[in-house]
Order: sequence, then C-alpha cells, then structure tokens
Amino acid sequence: MKAVSILRPALAALLAATAGLSAAAGEDYDAQTREMMQSSFKENGIASKYRQLQLDFQKACSALVPPSAAAMKQIEAEQMQTVRWPDDGKFFGDWKEGEKIAQSGRGLTWTDKAGESNGGGCYNCHQLAPQELSFGTIGPSLHRYGKLRGSDEGMVKYTWGKLWNAKAYNACSQMPRMGDAHILSEAQIKHVMAYLFDPASPVNQ
Amino acid sequence: MRKTLGMAALAAVLAGGAQAQSTADEIAKYREMIADGNPAELFEMEGESLWKTPRGPKKATLEQCDLGQGPGVVDGAFARMPRYFADTGRVQDLESRLLTCMETLQGIPASAVVDGDWNKGERKTMDALAAYVVTHSRGQKIQLDLANPQTRRMYELGKRAFYYRSGPMDFSCSTCHGEDGKRIRLQDLPNLTHKEGAIAAWGSWPAYRVSNSQFWTMQHRLNDCFRQQRTAEPEFASEVTVALSVYMAATAQGGVLQTPGLKR
Ligand code: HEC
Ligand code: HEC
Repeated sequence: MKAVSILRPALAALLAATAGLSAAAGEDYDAQTREMMQSSFKENGIASKYRQLQLDFQKACSALVPPSAAAMKQIEAEQMQTVRWPDDGKFFGDWKEGEKIAQSGRGLTWTDKAGESNGGGCYNCHQLAPQELSFGTIGPSLHRYGKLRGSDEGMVKYTWGKLWNAKAYNACSQMPRMGDAHILSEAQIKHVMAYLFDPASPVNQ
Repeated sequence: MRKTLGMAALAAVLAGGAQAQSTADEIAKYREMIADGNPAELFEMEGESLWKTPRGPKKATLEQCDLGQGPGVVDGAFARMPRYFADTGRVQDLESRLLTCMETLQGIPASAVVDGDWNKGERKTMDALAAYVVTHSRGQKIQLDLANPQTRRMYELGKRAFYYRSGPMDFSCSTCHGEDGKRIRLQDLPNLTHKEGAIAAWGSWPAYRVSNSQFWTMQHRLNDCFRQQRTAEPEFASEVTVALSVYMAATAQGGVLQTPGLKR
C-alpha cells in the first residue's frame, strides 16, 4: 500500500516528463522539416524557392493532426475574401475553349516557361465529358454538372468561387486555387464555367 | 527482338489518350509478353562491369565500397537502406551512398552527379550501378534499422515532408498518394501511407520505365514527382529525398523487394 502511494506521484511525474519530451521532440521535427524543405531545394526556371514557403492555410493543412472544425471555418472565411467576381458581371465564356483548358494539365513546373498560359488540369482529377475516358479520380465526377445542379445564381456563384479558390468552401481541399493562385486567368475561368454549365457542352450530354 | 516489339506496342498503347483501362492492366500484359526478363537487366549488367572497372582520378574500382554490410558486400545491402553510416555521420540512401564511394574510392566528385543531367554522364553511371546493387537484394525483405535514432529522425522528417503542402497548387505527396484507388488521368496512384502501397512502390524502384524506355532511380522518380507537385527542384541526394525514402521504406518494412522494377 505504502509502496503504491510513493510510486504514484513518481510515476505521474515521469509520465508528465515524457509527454513533455515527446511534444517538444514533435515541435522540433516540425521545425527541422521546415528547414529541410528550404535547404534541400534549389530554384529551377520559373520554380523559385519561394514555393518552399508555406501560406498559413497550407501549413495548417499539412499538420499530422488536421485543423479543428473551428480552424477550418476560419480558413474558409479568410479564403472567401480572396474570391474576385467577374468585373463585367459575366460568368460564362466559350465552352469549346473551356474544354481545352480542362484537358490541359500543363503549366507551372520547372520545365514550363514563364508567360505560357496554363491548363486547369480538370481531367487529372475529375470525370467531365463522358466520351473522354482518360480522367482521374482525385475529385468527384462532374459529368452532367450543369444539368444536374441547375444554373441559378447561387449555383453559378458557388462554382465561380470554387474555381477561384476551392479552399473558401473546404479549407484543406486538394483542388488548386485556380484564380487566387494565378493558375488560370479570369477569361479562362469563364471558359471553364461555360464548359460546366452550357447545355451544349459535352459535359452535359 | 521480341522485347523490342513488345515495348513498342506497349509504348503505343500507353501514349494513346482515351482508354477505359488503367495502365496497370497494360503493364501486366507487357510482363507476360517479356516473361523472360526485364530490360533493366541490361543496366544491371552494365552496372556490374562499372562496379569492377577502375575509374576516376584514383583509377580504382568500387569493389571496396561499403554499403553497410562491410566493404565489398553487395548482397542484401539495398534491403537495409537507407541506413545510418558512421563514417559520414549521415543516413544515406543507395544513391547518396554510391556518391560517397565514388568520391572516396575513385576520386569522382559528387558534383559530377549532383549537378549533372538525367540519363547522361555520371548520373547514367549511377543508374547502372544502382541497377546492379538492387538486383542483389531482389527477393529479400525490406528491413530498415528503425531502432537507430538517426534513421528514426529521418522517418519523422520524411513523414512530415510527405504531408508538406506548398507552391502554387498547394500540393503535397499526400495529394496524389494519400488515398487508396486514386488515379491521375489513367495512371494509378499507389497509396504510400499504407504498407501495401508502399511495398508496391518502394519495393520495385529503381525501375525500367516502358513509357520512355529509360531506367530511373528513386532519386529520379522523386524529382519528377516534385516537378508535378510544382515545388522548386530538390537537389540530387538531398536530405528531403533521403527522408522521404526512409518514410516509404519504413512503411514498406517486411515487404519483399522486386528490384529492379518494371513500370509504365
Ligand atoms: C488536384 C486535383 C483537382 C484538380 C486539378 C481539379 N479539382 Fe476540382 N475538385 C477536386 C476535389 C478533391 C474536389 C472535392 C473536394 C472539394 O470540394 O474541395 C473538387 C471539387 C470540385 C467542384 C465542386 C464539386 C461539387 O460537387 O460541388 C468543382 C465544380 C470542381 N472541382 C471543378 C474543377 C474544375 C473545373 C477543374 C479544372 C479547372 C478542377 N476542378 C480541377 C480536385 C481537383
Ligand atoms: C500531382 C500528383 C503527384 C504528386 C504531388 C506526387 N506524385 Fe508521385 N506519382 C505521381 C504519378 C502520376 C505517378 C505514376 C507515374 C507513372 O505511372 O508513370 C507517381 C509515382 C510515384 C512513385 C512510384 C510508384 C510506383 O508504384 O511505381 C513514387 C514512389 C512516388 N510517386 C512518390 C511520390 C512522393 C514521395 C511524392 C512527394 C514528394 C510524390 N510522389 C508526389 C503523381 C504525383
């Protein structure tokens, strides 16, 4: 009995100490990783070393423990601020141009040149037109997107916002921020919008 | 001849855009077609002869290279890599260890590889040497020394690097390799966070790639994945490449090596 009561505080202290230790080690590994993500890389062409730094949300979404629901809400609110609505109030361009942008996964690698227009890489991650069998599955199928979801103002605005900055609706989304990160221009996003919504677009067949 | 024809046929199939099947099925067909071997064998033979040829300013062979099992021991060495080496004070993967041997034994500066171009010069030599070494671990179990604190540290850094999102597309390795059964276009993406996927991936690199008829080391594979991830370029044999290798190999611990592999 006596032994136990002596042991207990000692054990508690020991446990507290090891918990503290492993937390400290964890933080240390995080810092060492950030340092490594700088020191192991070099600039090559358009791929500058700035790319190794993390934006706040990128950092939060890289943690081994995902951000809390509240932190996610906060990120989404911040990212929503970045969404730029079309200057002329027009959301749609030409779906045929949109198809080319959806097909192309080119751009922004160190083997690409500055000033070339990028693709949206939509087919890398999504199914869209049914006749295109070469599609990825990281994102959901968008086949019949406009037909199934309708094209009321709310839906159109949501989709524009999603394309501009997917993180505004899903903090740690795997989908790139097409507008906010300057992957696509406003004109290109309009073309992609038409590809998703136009009744004549193959996506809606 | 049969090999060449088969390869051309597969390359054509893989290059063609729209097909319903994923590439895994095509690779399986190709494997049957060349049941008698993997074109990587040519690299392996070249590597063996390079290993035994006096080269560099010191006109020495690599036969005294210590890959962790003692000088000159190639058998089973790759199955235990990456590992900590006391002489360099670093955890090294196969390629970075070969750099050490080339430098110390032969006097060939690491920069000849590190600052070189893929498939050329000393980097090409490295490909062949890697093919030779890994062949002598084929069929053996991946057994990293995870009790070693330095290796353990690299595992922790590698795991964090795997989830590190940055750059214009916000990607990390886990964007493409963090879930089961995902594809980019028709290319199957192994889930490297689970044992099965890690064994399929780590356990079959370096590999001969049918789509471009090239032999790629893991260094080359990781470099091209970082390119697709839109990061800056990782230095050859840099800490991040070794840390990620430790993470993948540790996740694949106990799996059987099929090296060198045959890939899309
Ligand atoms: C790297 C993969 C990736 C790429 C590239 C990508 N997406 Fe996505 N997308 C996703 C994922 C994952 C989701 C689902 C999770 C989410 O909503 O964030 C998604 C969601 C969406 C949604 C919302 C779907 C819904 O049901 O509300 C739309 C619309 C969309 N993507 C369109 C596009 C278009 C158009 C492109 C090309 C310009 C594109 N995506 C490129 C991964 C991607
Ligand atoms: C944008 C998507 C993408 C990202 C990000 C990415 N990869 Fe890959 N990775 C691929 C594709 C696609 C393949 C298959 C290539 C093929 O089939 O030719 C692949 C293949 C691999 C393989 C070989 C798998 C096998 O079984 O042959 C390994 C290992 C690998 N990646 C590791 C990584 C690591 C580690 C990272 C992070 C540094 C990473 N990848 C980031 C797309 C990606």
